[in-house]
Amino acid sequence: MPETSGVTAVTIECSVNGTSYRATVEARLTLADFLRERCGLTGTHLGCEHGVCGACTVLVGGRAVRSCLMFAVQAQGREVTTVEGLAGPGGALSAVQEAFRSEHGLQCGFCTPGFVVAATAFLADNPDPSEAEIREAMSGNLCRCTGYQGILRAVAVAAHATASAGREELK
Amino acid sequence: MKPAVFAYHAPASVEEALDLLRELGDDAKVLAGGQSLVPMLSMRLSVFPHLIDVGNLGELDGIRIDEERVTVGAITCDSLVERDAGVADAAPLLSRVTPYIGHLAIRNRGTLGGSIAHADPAGEYPAAALALDAEMVVRSAGSQRRVGASEFFTGLWSTALNPEELLVEVDFPRWKGRSGFAVAEHARRHGDFAIAGAVVGVTLDADDRIVRAGIGLFGMASTPLRASTAEADVIGRTYTDCDSEQIGHLSVEGLDDVVADTSGSAQYRRQVGAAMVARAWSEAVNEASNA
Ligand SMILES: Cc1cc2nc3c(=O)[nH]c(=O)nc-3n(C[C@H](O)[C@H](O)[C@H](O)COP(=O)(O)OP(=O)(O)OC[C@H]3O[C@@H](n4cnc5c(N)ncnc54)[C@H](O)[C@@H]3O)c2cc1C
Ligand code: FES
Ligand code: FES
Repeated sequence: MPETSGVTAVTIECSVNGTSYRATVEARLTLADFLRERCGLTGTHLGCEHGVCGACTVLVGGRAVRSCLMFAVQAQGREVTTVEGLAGPGGALSAVQEAFRSEHGLQCGFCTPGFVVAATAFLADNPDPSEAEIREAMSGNLCRCTGYQGILRAVAVAAHATASAGREELK
Repeated sequence: MKPAVFAYHAPASVEEALDLLRELGDDAKVLAGGQSLVPMLSMRLSVFPHLIDVGNLGELDGIRIDEERVTVGAITCDSLVERDAGVADAAPLLSRVTPYIGHLAIRNRGTLGGSIAHADPAGEYPAAALALDAEMVVRSAGSQRRVGASEFFTGLWSTALNPEELLVEVDFPRWKGRSGFAVAEHARRHGDFAIAGAVVGVTLDADDRIVRAGIGLFGMASTPLRASTAEADVIGRTYTDCDSEQIGHLSVEGLDDVVADTSGSAQYRRQVGAAMVARAWSEAVNEASNA
């Protein structure tokens, strides 16, 4: 555990995309700013910094969270995955990333890391979602460009792709 | 949008947290899931010299269920409440309100105790706690007390908690017999705070008479409310004898501090609130009558 006696700077250790980090951070530093400024992982975007837009969504212990609403000290000992950690070896796009590309799930790309991370966590939990479930799961992320249709299609296509890949493996 | 400097405390036990709270008093704030506190700190709506992080205190985490009650540890996260099969069976209203709280990424961090302690008038858990007659278990260094939901929510974002007190768990009594539960709320987008909403619990006897009713209103005033007049009106009547729209109107009649803001006038909220009560009432009674 971090030093607990009322300190304004804390030394933390956590894993980000499989790499271990040890750093002394101000207690008030958000996980989002830690990832962007201290780890150099600028894929995590900050739209609102108060929990509303979802652009900063990352995985902590495999579950989607808002990195703007968590302090870096709260990630002590945890495993964090950002959008940079989703691609396969050699940068091969994940099923969700591939589907966002093929279905035009992005335009300017600002919201995309948050959507891709949220969709990845959602499909891991619910690999065969209905359209209504996809809509609900994506309702926590805002996009100002696409009009959402391409995004919803991308999540459906990714679910389908993952399911058929699973069936191939079973054969 | 960055919080001001604060001193961070991560106590290793509840005892240690209580000692810190006694020592620091008003200068300290408890940090649970941070889903309400961090936005307020980031916008500098509030500034605290000390934050006491209770998020790692295993003693406060988890759900216990026995014959009489469902006890939820203060730092149990919303998404756990949402998925727990025991809760769905023993306190169905809790499972049903949870999906309305923000979005999954919020519910993965937000805690039931944090929601109750924050006491947002539009929050789902505070209204459910009121309607179900929940009790808050509150500790301070050297003492413990229980506070009934009807005494707990004292004003806008304020509760019966003293600065040196920690909410440790919330006890939801299990409603026995032929009971039904429902929530209805209206928001512009799924996951937004409700413009107005209602939760209902109802129990019928073998002759279809209403023997217990809890109607909680949220988003309507500066605190969550119980529609006591409407509840008293239905007790002893058969459910077929009660008109859900009338119960809705009765529930919002006489409310004198209905919120008016950019989402709607007080009159609009009153109408939406009445409609939400009517909807939740019909669903809850339907479930109870088939039980
Ligand atoms: C985008 C967004 C949408 C949201 N939508 C909703 C919604 O629709 N409905 C809803 O109900 N909520 C909503 N919320 C708020 C969410 O439910 C919060 O999680 C909850 O209100 C607070 O819980 P927390 O664990 O995050 O507490 P924190 O933010 O850590 O704390 C909140 C307050 O409670 C105090 N506190 C926390 N735990 C304790 C304790 N054990 N003892 C004493 N005091 C304590 C803190 O000191 C602080 O004052 C939303 C939040 C966001 C960011
Ligand atoms: S930046 Fe975190 S939710 Fe908008
Ligand atoms: S692609 Fe531009 S905000 Fe979504």
